[in-house]
Amino acid sequence: MRISYRGTRATVLAVVSVAVLGWGVYAGINHKSDIPRDYDRNAWKAKYTRPSSIPFPADNQFSKERELLGRTLFFDPRLSGSKITACATCHNPGLSWGDALPIAIGQGMKPLSRRTPTILNTAWSELLFWDGRAESLEEQALSPISAPKEMNQPLDRMIANVSSIPGYQAMFHSAYPGEAITPKTVARAIATFERTVVSGQAPFDDWVSGRESAISEAAKKGFDLFNTKAACQKCHGGWNFTDDGFHDVGLADDDLGRGVELPLASMQHAFKTPTLRNVDVRGPYMHNGSERSLADVIELYDQGGRKKRPSLAPEVVPLHLTAQEKANLIAFLKTLTSHDKPVEIPVLPR
Amino acid sequence: MKLLFQMAACVCMAAGLPALAADHVIDQKGKTFSERTLTIKAGDFVIFKNSDDVTHNVYSASPNMKLDIGRQAPGHPVRVPFKNPGVVEIRCAIHPRMRLTITVKK
Repeated sequence: MRISYRGTRATVLAVVSVAVLGWGVYAGINHKSDIPRDYDRNAWKAKYTRPSSIPFPADNQFSKERELLGRTLFFDPRLSGSKITACATCHNPGLSWGDALPIAIGQGMKPLSRRTPTILNTAWSELLFWDGRAESLEEQALSPISAPKEMNQPLDRMIANVSSIPGYQAMFHSAYPGEAITPKTVARAIATFERTVVSGQAPFDDWVSGRESAISEAAKKGFDLFNTKAACQKCHGGWNFTDDGFHDVGLADDDLGRGVELPLASMQHAFKTPTLRNVDVRGPYMHNGSERSLADVIELYDQGGRKKRPSLAPEVVPLHLTAQEKANLIAFLKTLTSHDKPVEIPVLPR
Repeated sequence: MKLLFQMAACVCMAAGLPALAADHVIDQKGKTFSERTLTIKAGDFVIFKNSDDVTHNVYSASPNMKLDIGRQAPGHPVRVPFKNPGVVEIRCAIHPRMRLTITVKK
């Protein structure tokens, strides 16, 4: 019996297709990629919906006067010992509230030990600083002012300087009526302003809201990978793309990070998970600025970290991503950047 | 097994002996503890489950009970005795939003 070539080819294709499909079912994965068969993109999108309002603590509620006072103090270099360094010197709004340096520069132009973290979306943060040593923004705000290696200004002198500026007295009275100008009121005002620093609506948010054309197909595939094979969401899940947690991700340095504050085995070399909002304009990356680009960061995670040590987070394992998958992840991460209005710099009181 | 525990408890009660220690289950799911507060008796156990797909690390720095169960992989419960009366603040070292207060009564 003669079997036609066309028929043979069709038969072979059918057999191969069934075999591939069968393997996909057996392995529990989609035969076209490593995305699990039960993966529901829409269900995952729903987990990234932006909040509708900013949380403020009960003992430091928002008011316009407090925000203006905090904004003014944030940009005022007279809070520092040198009188030339403001909070905004390192947390520069033109650089997504960071400084774009691998390692921050402090008092006397001397380098500090870690990269400047952005203040974007810190209203939702649980613990502040890379090592989580501050419980609140109010506690965090004073620390760099008084730190000798940073703004190098003892708090009593800072208060004396601020109090001597007539324009500030009216501003404090409006923001915190009946309260004196103290480190506490300075901290509360700065914290109020910092809570208003929120990354704006990004293309990703438009996509989550239902505008399908807001991001590219590559970015959508990157989102799928983010939630599945690359497992980024395990630490960077949710609308702010952080679990506010602490993990050793295998960077090759000796900084113990959270391990100094909380001396448990799992906390050695662990650092706070940063937000990924506006991430493509916030390089270099990691607590030590060691990764120059997003591609470098993805390589780090694809390798399962560089430094294999007991404290390495179990979630950091080799990913075996293809070049196309890495490109898709980067395409996705770029959709998290918002195009916000220029930040208004306040006129400082005299 | 559960039936055996129940039978033993009945025997103890009938004999006027102290009741067996009870087990209380706290799950970790969605990076939260299943309860915000828990009241137990001294000598009871708390079984910490991990129903998440990530590692947790239950610990306490409370003065009356220092605790560090170390890294806890998904699906691996850990049973912890609470011997001393007092208030024990439980946290996850990895995920600081996770907070649980256990009151241990005499």
